Amino acid sequence: MRAMTTKMMMVAGALVLLATGAGAAEYTVAQHNKTFEKDGVKIEKFSIKVGDTVHFKNLDPWFHNVFSLSDIKTFDLGSYPQGQFKSVVFDKAGTAEVECAIHPQMVLELEVK
Amino acid sequence: MKMARVFTAALGLVMSLAAQSAPSESYLRPQQVPAPANNLITPERVTLGKALFFDPRLSGSNWIICATCHNPALGWSDGLPTAIGHGMKILGRATPTVLNSAYQRKQMWDGRFRSLEEQALGPIAAEVEMSQNLDEVIAELKEITGYHVLFEKAYPGEGITKDTLAKAIASFERTIVSNDAPFDRWIKGDEKALSASAKNGFSLFEGKANCIACHQGFNFIDDGFHNLGLKGNQDAGRHAQIPLPVMMGAFKTPTLRDVALTSPYMHNGMYKTLGEVIAHYNRGGDAKDNLDPNLKPLGLTQQEQKDIVEFLKALTGEPMAVSVPHLPQ
Repeated sequence: MRAMTTKMMMVAGALVLLATGAGAAEYTVAQHNKTFEKDGVKIEKFSIKVGDTVHFKNLDPWFHNVFSLSDIKTFDLGSYPQGQFKSVVFDKAGTAEVECAIHPQMVLELEVK
Repeated sequence: MKMARVFTAALGLVMSLAAQSAPSESYLRPQQVPAPANNLITPERVTLGKALFFDPRLSGSNWIICATCHNPALGWSDGLPTAIGHGMKILGRATPTVLNSAYQRKQMWDGRFRSLEEQALGPIAAEVEMSQNLDEVIAELKEITGYHVLFEKAYPGEGITKDTLAKAIASFERTIVSNDAPFDRWIKGDEKALSASAKNGFSLFEGKANCIACHQGFNFIDDGFHNLGLKGNQDAGRHAQIPLPVMMGAFKTPTLRDVALTSPYMHNGMYKTLGEVIAHYNRGGDAKDNLDPNLKPLGLTQQEQKDIVEFLKALTGEPMAVSVPHLPQ
């Protein structure tokens, strides 16, 4: 039983690797003081590679609603409170404008290479 | 050991007193009124913009002025639940005050304009508001000698155009700024400027009532959009600009500066008093569809609700003195 579980986990892990692509990176972009921040610094532009994942984490004591209606990626993460994050895999090259629907001054230009 | 305990207790007392009487510096007035680099505020631009703001020739009927709805005698609004436009048509939304609009990143209840310059031409051209063709208004202004002089002083060499018309009105609007209120005197150290009730109201505003989720900083806004769960609201609001579920029925957070002067309240003017507004928030909103998740029942006592109203009244200063201009001929 234990062997089966381990085997299943290995298969699942391989599937995840296939899905995300080898070498795909993960980044955390925070929503803080109604700005986008990376490593504690406000950012308005940020470059990633195709297949990379961005975790959008809310550090503010009020809700944010991160979304993008860009050609390369359309998503709406909905409203979520302080401490929570939601993740997006960017699977096409180009530029995605990521915004907060509630606070339109929050705009992040994500260049996906 | 005893000494350490005494010290800790004393420190705790000092910190708790500080928490009660030292609001954040974020409430202080910014040093300058923001203006775009291509339309910095000058006296000539303000003079021109003021004349235009009070000139009925900007409307299709030659009868409505900007100040018809944005009346300085009524907190730069109109005192009505919703505005009355061209042909006495009753419109769907309340007239927002012009006061402190210079500090906002988005204009209009649904934020469809990004600047005062963009906004200035909107109501002139809107069929239901001032109902004036913009090309016609420029042609009419060009026939008025006095305006040639004022435009040339304000925007030398640029002429009378839609662009300079918008810039001039925006320049005047940037001078419509709230005066210091009792709250401002309090944050600068005058303990007598606020009543005990208003001080408690401020603590509740920042704490139990969580008003600061949206009403932040000097202008008490977040430049954001929220669905407040108003009973019977059918207006899509911001959703017309940003078609996401969270924006359905959401409207821009208005300033709380001079809020005692701008009754009735909300985007549809459904509440006459600040007490009614606070009672709404205390219920956590009424319509729960797509309600902003910041809103929850607050459990405020009657006295606590009164205290918040007292605090809001303390955000109202002496109204700006305004002289009515003699219009160019």
